[in-house]
Amino acid sequence: MKFIRALFGTPTNACLSLAMIALFTWTIPRFLRWALLDATWDAVSRRACAPDGACWAFVKARLPLLIYGRYPVGEQWRVDLCFLLLAVACAGSLFAKRRRGVFLLGLLAGVPIVGGFLLVGGAFGLPTVETADWGGLMLNVILSFVTIAAALPLAILLAFARRSQLPVVSWWATAFIEFWRGVPLLAVLFMGLIMLPMFLPDGMTVPNLIRAIVVLTLFESAYLAETIRGGLQGVPSGQTEAALALGMHHVKVQVLVVLPQALRNSIPGIINIVVDLFKDTTLVSIVGLFDLMGVITQSLKDPSWVGLATEGYTFAALAFFVCCLLFSLTGGYLEHQFSRNRR
Amino acid sequence: MLWQVLALACFIAAVIWAGHNAANNMAKRGITFGFDFLLRPAGFDIPFHLLSWDVNNSYGWALVVTFANSLLAAALSIVLASALGLLLALMRLSGNPLAAGTSRAIMEIVRNTPQLVQIIFVYFVLLQALPPPRQSLHLGLGLVLNVRGLLVPEPSVAPHMLFLGVLSLGLVIVGWLCRQPGRIAGLVLPPLLLLAWLIAAGWAADWLQPQLKGFNYVGGYRLPPELLALCLGISIYTSAFISEIIRASIISLPHGQTEAALSLGMTRRQAMFLILLPQALRTLIPPLTSQYLNVIKSTTLGAAIAYPDVLQIFGRTVLNQSGRALEVMALLLGLFLAINLLTAAAMNRWNRKLALQGLR
Repeated sequence: MKFIRALFGTPTNACLSLAMIALFTWTIPRFLRWALLDATWDAVSRRACAPDGACWAFVKARLPLLIYGRYPVGEQWRVDLCFLLLAVACAGSLFAKRRRGVFLLGLLAGVPIVGGFLLVGGAFGLPTVETADWGGLMLNVILSFVTIAAALPLAILLAFARRSQLPVVSWWATAFIEFWRGVPLLAVLFMGLIMLPMFLPDGMTVPNLIRAIVVLTLFESAYLAETIRGGLQGVPSGQTEAALALGMHHVKVQVLVVLPQALRNSIPGIINIVVDLFKDTTLVSIVGLFDLMGVITQSLKDPSWVGLATEGYTFAALAFFVCCLLFSLTGGYLEHQFSRNRR
Repeated sequence: MLWQVLALACFIAAVIWAGHNAANNMAKRGITFGFDFLLRPAGFDIPFHLLSWDVNNSYGWALVVTFANSLLAAALSIVLASALGLLLALMRLSGNPLAAGTSRAIMEIVRNTPQLVQIIFVYFVLLQALPPPRQSLHLGLGLVLNVRGLLVPEPSVAPHMLFLGVLSLGLVIVGWLCRQPGRIAGLVLPPLLLLAWLIAAGWAADWLQPQLKGFNYVGGYRLPPELLALCLGISIYTSAFISEIIRASIISLPHGQTEAALSLGMTRRQAMFLILLPQALRTLIPPLTSQYLNVIKSTTLGAAIAYPDVLQIFGRTVLNQSGRALEVMALLLGLFLAINLLTAAAMNRWNRKLALQGLR
């Protein structure tokens, strides 16, 4: 009864409700019929698909390409192992009752090193896989993870530098942060891929993946630094004073007392930046790396699957939606946990 | 002091090292540094341009033309995103569970998918499904939509209306210069005056309607599908964030404000315009501006669907043709940096002015 009144209580509300219901009845059945009822799940080419429904056979046939890019088929277990490590480290540092520090250290230091060896190979009898062959959703995950792991320490330094009493240091940090926050990511990615070789000694070449990671790291560190600076400002000055009064050295005060509280304050902001970064890694497809978007665009040129843009990009949207939703839920969980601990 | 000198020395050393490498590399390839190339003729065509463009125009003019294209996309996106954002926020605040739930669902879907996916989806899926010119959709007001883009009637404005326009612009500037602080009239009247002029001019002007001639339309302006996709994609993405900002600024107002205003004998309208809106504006404007700046930066994504924006044409075509990577990139980044820093400075001034006096 209450629900009915909320829907049709006033004339405006009733009109609004009717309009929404009309919209739903017009769109939802059509979408469901296209996506599920009339869809084809197994087919060898586009011509074998039902004309009115979605041709998910395309996504199914290309799934390994969409996830691993051109990573050699026989070596894909290495990627799976990496993702497993990453998932265990993440889950451990989020949910473990004890030894969370160990998991966190594993996440920020262990996973990058072990994962790097696993993915690149060339040691322990693993054949080398060129970074040019990395692609698909795996590339988006790697780009985001490595960027955050590298940008976080840099951002902490920048945040402290911007608050520093020393004018040269704080001016430099401010200029650095404002520069990266003022330019479009695509323009600097473009610059990094074309112009980085110009600033390096002759004969020194850097793979495109590394160039993209360098640019993304610098870009994200500026945004992270501002978030962490906000967190630092939120730490009451009584904390610093109390620690100094206890006789701690002022570097120790910042690292052991102020920074942990500041990081906890800035968790929501950091999660937002991670979600934005994960979405923004799609931009590397414009500058010639084959991430999920790049791989889909390329697969659509295949003569046997041509014209399936709707299915391909819907899959991309769905994949990103699921990943980003997981991030957001994690962020909400962390925030909730911290606010409970503080009380 | 020692630390500062050390930091400065490290920074200068890094700059000198990079500069030395750049100079070496440029010398090896026989490239010189300088902005004289901006005067040379470009020799390429720009498929869509707001300002006049000819193949023989200079690289410098190409920068201006393509930047105007970017700003056009940004302006259209800002208007559309604000309108969509307001709509989503009103739906969310309407108290109707159906509308609020729909708004929430749309927002979650939009916020959790990449902007690039949305732009490309609009371009390759929605706009490709539009009919060919002969079966165009007529949207009313002379707007025609087909697979080649959106056709808009072209106004020819009479000279006396232009004179009135200049006059009202002058009045707005004079009014802005002698406005009294704290009066809302100074904020509301100038836009209203300009709006009145726009409506009058639009009513008085002759509108040249697009006409079907053979297989295509002639007359009027044509907004290409690339522009539509870019604007729609950016607007959809940004509207989700704007709706959150609007909602937050409205629900953050204490209810006591309304009650106090009403108990002082104000009417509901007075309370809305004199008490609530000015306060909502204070919390609304700074995050809204940063969203608008994001829109301007996002127009570079037009490169993914070949919209001739400043990055696509100046940063790619001009860079490749002239080989002046350093100069082109410096101009491009400087341009975006200037817009951002100027807006940030203006924003800070505005913020200081609007900040609660006691909290300064």
